[in-house]
Amino acid sequence: MKKLVLSTIAALGALATALPAAAQELTFWSWRQEDKAQYEKFIDAFEAKNPGITVKFEAFEATNYNTILSTALAGGSGPDVMFARAYGGLETVASGGYLLPLDKDNVPALANFAPAALAAESMRSDKTTYAVPFASQTMLVIYNKDVFEKNGISEPQTWDELVQVSEKLKAAGIMPFANGTATAWQNEVVVGGIASTIMGRAFYDDLMGGKADFTDKRYVEALTKLKEISKYFPDGFIGLDYASAQQLFSSGMAGMFVGGSYELSNFKKQNPDIKLGIFATPGLKAEDEKLVAQYFDGGYAVNAKTANKEAALKFVNFLASQEFGQMFADGLNNISAVPGVTFRNELLGEVAELNKHSIPYIMLVHFRYGEPSGSVLLQSEIQKLLSGKATPEEVGKNLTTGLANWYAPFKK
Amino acid sequence: MARRLWISALIVPPLAFVALFVVYPIASAFAYAFFQWHGLARGEFVGFANFYKVLFTQPYMEWTVNAFLHNVLVFFALMVLQNGVGFLLAYCLWRELPGAAFHRISVFLPVVLSTIIVGFLWKLFLHPLFGVVNISLRGVGLGSLAQPWLGQDSTALWALIAANAWHMVGFPTLVFLAGMQRIPGEILDAVRMETESEWVKISKIVWPLVAPSATVVFTLLFVGSFNWFELPYVMAGLDGSPHGATDVLGLYFYRTAFGNQSGAAQDFGAGSALAVLIFLFIAIVAGFITFRLRAREIQI
Repeated sequence: MKKLVLSTIAALGALATALPAAAQELTFWSWRQEDKAQYEKFIDAFEAKNPGITVKFEAFEATNYNTILSTALAGGSGPDVMFARAYGGLETVASGGYLLPLDKDNVPALANFAPAALAAESMRSDKTTYAVPFASQTMLVIYNKDVFEKNGISEPQTWDELVQVSEKLKAAGIMPFANGTATAWQNEVVVGGIASTIMGRAFYDDLMGGKADFTDKRYVEALTKLKEISKYFPDGFIGLDYASAQQLFSSGMAGMFVGGSYELSNFKKQNPDIKLGIFATPGLKAEDEKLVAQYFDGGYAVNAKTANKEAALKFVNFLASQEFGQMFADGLNNISAVPGVTFRNELLGEVAELNKHSIPYIMLVHFRYGEPSGSVLLQSEIQKLLSGKATPEEVGKNLTTGLANWYAPFKK
Repeated sequence: MARRLWISALIVPPLAFVALFVVYPIASAFAYAFFQWHGLARGEFVGFANFYKVLFTQPYMEWTVNAFLHNVLVFFALMVLQNGVGFLLAYCLWRELPGAAFHRISVFLPVVLSTIIVGFLWKLFLHPLFGVVNISLRGVGLGSLAQPWLGQDSTALWALIAANAWHMVGFPTLVFLAGMQRIPGEILDAVRMETESEWVKISKIVWPLVAPSATVVFTLLFVGSFNWFELPYVMAGLDGSPHGATDVLGLYFYRTAFGNQSGAAQDFGAGSALAVLIFLFIAIVAGFITFRLRAREIQI
């Protein structure tokens, strides 16, 4: 009898110690409410392989996500695993010591990621990576294939051809571009998508090398061309907001949309019948290198104070695996940052191809580390440019003097 | 004794509630403003450095002045478009012009709508291509007046002011109307013996006698104008698009304290300093306004 009691106690004890290990629940925060169903699938795949760990996906509204996450982390709570922003946005969270440093030891797959991708999820001060990069986005021109075909036009190879294509669409009663600039951040998108080729790779290199600033004539030329092509934006486009612009394009009322690669799945969702094509803006001459602007979107980070560190790392290792990258690309129609992913979606394959000729999306990647940020400056300066309140030269000058507040190479 | 206990039992819970959710956050914002912040972590005590930063260093100084001047403009514009029109509407309703019963309801109806709904509604009305405003203008042959209202610095802030006035004009109307209905009939009869002029009636009798109502709506409008956030946030976005033309203190504070996706790191210190400055400004000026306006109220 005594034996039975003892063994029962022992069994119960074993069970009690085994239980917490058997039911580790991870919370996983995201700003992608629209991807909830897909993430549930990814999580199912992870849970199937890792019995005993469950992951709870919670999504918040994107514009409020930073605030919600910051507040939670500062209050000592917060999720085990979370979406982290890239570049300056990552630094805000990481500099408070809220994120677990990731390296080759705890996430071996990171060794194979592209340096630009890792840089997006690292702090500049300590060169430490804090998140597994998930996707890159590319600024380019998206067009409606049916509209192009009906009007007998094909992808323009020179700037003049782009103008001709626009004229032709306009004559046919179709808006050449759907873009509107009332929503501030769309102004930055338009610069990345349409002006990168004209400013050119050499300008980017000189800018980073401290040999040029935004008053450079190549940059001013790019803005001049942007102003020129904005003639083909919808009537009153300076009062047209982002959502309306998307609808003009997805409904087929407009032929082209300067935007990010993330729009591809948005447009497909809004109008499943739409046939999409993409191109990089052509340069003045056909042989000029056609460039798109690329940036990394965010990453998966681990809470430094998580009670389930081991499980959280297991999950993040899964998120860094090629298997996940492939599911991510197939399920979410996004360019996964995981190396070696093949794109079954033809358009994504094309984006990946265009990415071979890209420069970084300048303001987001390099100039969001001080106030005023390059993005905020550019967005409002482009609104001035497109509404006729500033010339391209003035924009270049205002960007440079504004950034000189904190960006050392521009200080005189 | 039992009565005292009973009273304190009733008073303590709301007092605790107010202390926890009103006094404590305000006090902690005061405290935050005196520290440096590294991302989310509180750093060292820096005295008035955050206040100096938002008031006297670039680019903050420019932003602060820009937003503040917009708030001032909004206050004076709404004083005319919301309180002024509200007074006239109240007078018309009080005089029971034809259709007063219908108008009493329709003037007040928008007030019950949420600001978010009003914001989206007016954004649709002002849509450059399909908005009812531009379509109407084109329809009556005034197509040249059709504008991208929310995209031009010359019209964007006024569009928001108009939307706000449309939304809230029913409130001062109702308060003024209640004030007018309290005016004793004898006084009005006495006036009628002297003159038939509506102007004399308004300026000499009605206006002085609705002074308590004016105190209420003026003070609330002042507080509302300098706390203005929801409508500009919905209609113009966090950045005060286009190029800061609709930026107001509320948006600017939010961007600074909680960050803007396009901006650099959030800055709790500067944000809290702004919050403290806005709070002090509103409290002092609103106190002054109330004091001065109370003095001119007449007891009947």
